[in-house]
Amino acid sequence: MTSIGLAEASNFAVYATMVTLTFAMIAFAMSFSATRVAAPEGLPVAVPVGVPVGVPVGVGATESLPERGAVGLAPGLRAANIGMALTWLSFVLLLIGVTFRGLWAGRVPWGNMYEFSISSALGILGVFLIWSLTRDLRWLGLFVVIPTLLTLGLAVTVLYTEAAQLVPALKSYWLIIHVSAAIICAGAFTVAGATAGLSIARSRAEIKGTAETGWTKNLPDAERLRILTYRIIAFSFPLWTFAVIAGAIWAENAWGRYWGWDPKETWAFITWVVYAGYLHARSTAGWRGDRASWIAILGLVAFLINYFGVNIFVNSLHSYSGV
Amino acid sequence: MADSTGTLTTTEPSPSLPPLSSTGFARWMWRQFTSMRTALILLFLLAFVSIPGSILPQRGTNPILVEQWIADAPTWGPLLDTWGFFDVYAAPWFAAVYLLLFISLIGCVVPRVGVHWRTMRMPPPPAPRHLGRLPEHQKFTSQQSESAVLESARDYLASRRWRVRISDPDEGAWIAAEKGYLRETGNLVFHLALIGILIAVAVGGLFGWRGNVIVKEGSGFSNTLTQYDAWGGGRFSGPEDLPPFAFTLQDFRVEFDRTEAQLGSPRLFEADIELQREPGAPLVNERIEVNYPVSIAGAKVFLVGHGYAPQFTVTDSQGRVVLDDWVVFLPQDGNLTSTGVIKVPDAVPEVGIQGLYLPTTALDEVRGPFSIFPEADDPSVFLSAWTGDLGMDSGNPQSIYTLETEGMEQLGLRALIPGQTWELPDGAGTITLGNYIRWASFQIAFDPGKEAALAASVLAILGLLGSLFIRRRRVWVRVHTADDGTTLVEVAGLARTEAGELPVEVADLAADLKGKQ
Ligand code: HEM
Repeated sequence: MTSIGLAEASNFAVYATMVTLTFAMIAFAMSFSATRVAAPEGLPVAVPVGVPVGVPVGVGATESLPERGAVGLAPGLRAANIGMALTWLSFVLLLIGVTFRGLWAGRVPWGNMYEFSISSALGILGVFLIWSLTRDLRWLGLFVVIPTLLTLGLAVTVLYTEAAQLVPALKSYWLIIHVSAAIICAGAFTVAGATAGLSIARSRAEIKGTAETGWTKNLPDAERLRILTYRIIAFSFPLWTFAVIAGAIWAENAWGRYWGWDPKETWAFITWVVYAGYLHARSTAGWRGDRASWIAILGLVAFLINYFGVNIFVNSLHSYSGV
Repeated sequence: MADSTGTLTTTEPSPSLPPLSSTGFARWMWRQFTSMRTALILLFLLAFVSIPGSILPQRGTNPILVEQWIADAPTWGPLLDTWGFFDVYAAPWFAAVYLLLFISLIGCVVPRVGVHWRTMRMPPPPAPRHLGRLPEHQKFTSQQSESAVLESARDYLASRRWRVRISDPDEGAWIAAEKGYLRETGNLVFHLALIGILIAVAVGGLFGWRGNVIVKEGSGFSNTLTQYDAWGGGRFSGPEDLPPFAFTLQDFRVEFDRTEAQLGSPRLFEADIELQREPGAPLVNERIEVNYPVSIAGAKVFLVGHGYAPQFTVTDSQGRVVLDDWVVFLPQDGNLTSTGVIKVPDAVPEVGIQGLYLPTTALDEVRGPFSIFPEADDPSVFLSAWTGDLGMDSGNPQSIYTLETEGMEQLGLRALIPGQTWELPDGAGTITLGNYIRWASFQIAFDPGKEAALAASVLAILGLLGSLFIRRRRVWVRVHTADDGTTLVEVAGLARTEAGELPVEVADLAADLKGKQ
């Protein structure tokens, strides 16, 4: 393919992703608002789904929003399945978009904020979909697709830049390591932010007694959501630690110091400290519940400040945003 | 962490009232200080106090911007300055937070090392009286004898690297097993590694040094203090620690993007140097690029900047050539609009010139002259000449990049392109712009703590992985002979942390014992 062809194909794939994701969002929204039918007496309230039959499962594997009885959520369930299928399709399209972008530029597709953003959107979908292979996450789809769409929307409107070669400071294999870890973290932190936010909403509904009637009725219960949040952060915190260290090694190679309290480095550190706070909160009496969830959201906020705020507003050594 | 129902927790009791005796009170204070809650608060405080340094300009990275900021905010500026807000990461209040955090960390972790050491050498605790109450529990009968069942259970568990304890005859007939001790080990390694990182950073700060120097093409540098434009060292490092190497910058190449979208973005920086690692050593050729420094005797030479050094020839009122040299101009923007100063104290009368060098010239009514591309496609220089006392004999140190025009008289303004000559008014002399060469700036840094910092960071990640993904869990098997002579077997498990795989492990153990009949 010619270079122009690659560029057009990449942009086309990104736009196509936005279309399929919009339909996925609609499908998930329909499923989410479908009426919940109370589980018949005697049936377990939650049935493990997505776990091979015969494998004993612990508390860990029971989810809400499963098939309930014969009819139950059937219409909602069909919509949720369509949403999942469309999300997979979006993932593949976006993977093509990001790959073609890299082929066009002749390098890793992480040279400016547009490319970081479409890659992060891919990261969000990737973390969600891979995670959904081990458990039923259809109830989460809506809350993952929305931030992905926002990221892509921002990317194509505000952040779009033509592909260019890398400035010399970015020509380093530590860039590939550092940024790929950061992109996966972007996905994981976003998904964790979604589950943390949902756990707070659900826990409020549980306290008010509206858990089975309000909009959170189709969610797993609050404690379950907190455990899921913890799991993703337990996965992404070491990865973020690694990303920060890889960044420090790269900085040492490029600028002669591994840590210089540049705004970007400072916010990476703040993000790291906030998530360390989250992990501590999970084992501190009185902090385990909604407070820990709020800290998880705060961590995501720190991450986003680093990503958008520092790239765009602050004069930093890391300002390669291209906008 | 109490994630799932029925797990043990590592929760501390909620704070009790302080005891009244003074040693009791001190101990109580210390316990509060080393508690998880304090750690949590200090962590938040640390995140919080890091913020101002990312918003306000900092002396360490941008001293000029700091001065500007203070000048623009006459009330707030100096106040913030006295409180250290322009050097946040060296401010006492910032240090106070992280030192408190690390003291709390040491107070918390060191005793846990002892406890964990002892736990690792202790056998697992005996089986609880009522195994049936545990979340993972199975009960079945076996045709084998009590001791045969226990023996197979022991073999099964030991081969899967569980720590096994067999009951004494007077305790009943059971075995207890535990696994996942490395979780706490990992947690301790992680926290201790954090202390290691702090120490490594401190060592680098105290014994390390770094300096910056600008070297013109064709010129040399030898690693002594006087050759640096800027140099800073830690408390325990001094000029005598500089390894005695020298190099000449032979060639410096840059390339810029000429496509419209990224016009002027740098694409290539390469500096070829001829290096002598120590006096008497052979000369070797090395190339320094961004991301590819050269190491010399523990120090590293990094390429950090570049610019133009146009050539000027200056004659004075008596027609003598008083200056003929390449003058370093400092870039002010991405297109290398550069400023520089020429001081000619030997001229009669003394002449000082401020200049603006534009590699690719453009003029604008609002912005005045500026450069639109970093390559020297259409160079010119805008000069402002002054005469009077340059103050070079006063003994006060002067920057070679600024001209103190106070007390001097302006002779005039003029733009030149290469080859042109400006006849200064009043017969004060002439200035001719010649060709240009490039210069490169290098950062030379020595940080004796960085390898240790990296090693500690790697340990921290490994410890973290252990701490987050290894699960501490226990299983028990109790046997009991029933009235009909068969053996009643109970298998149960308990997760100290998240349940994880434990249900599967208990089921597998039970299946193995059933299969042995
Ligand atoms: C430099 C600041 C600190 C950082 C960055 C930090 C980080 C962490 C992280 C990431 C974890 C998660 C591991 C896990 O959940 O198992 C953890 C656990 C833990 N931290 Fe810290 N920590 C710090 C200071 C402290 C201090 C001062 C204490 C003492 C009060 C402490 C006590 C603990 C304990 C007891 C755990 C284990 C929690 C559990 O097993 O559930 N940490 N720490």
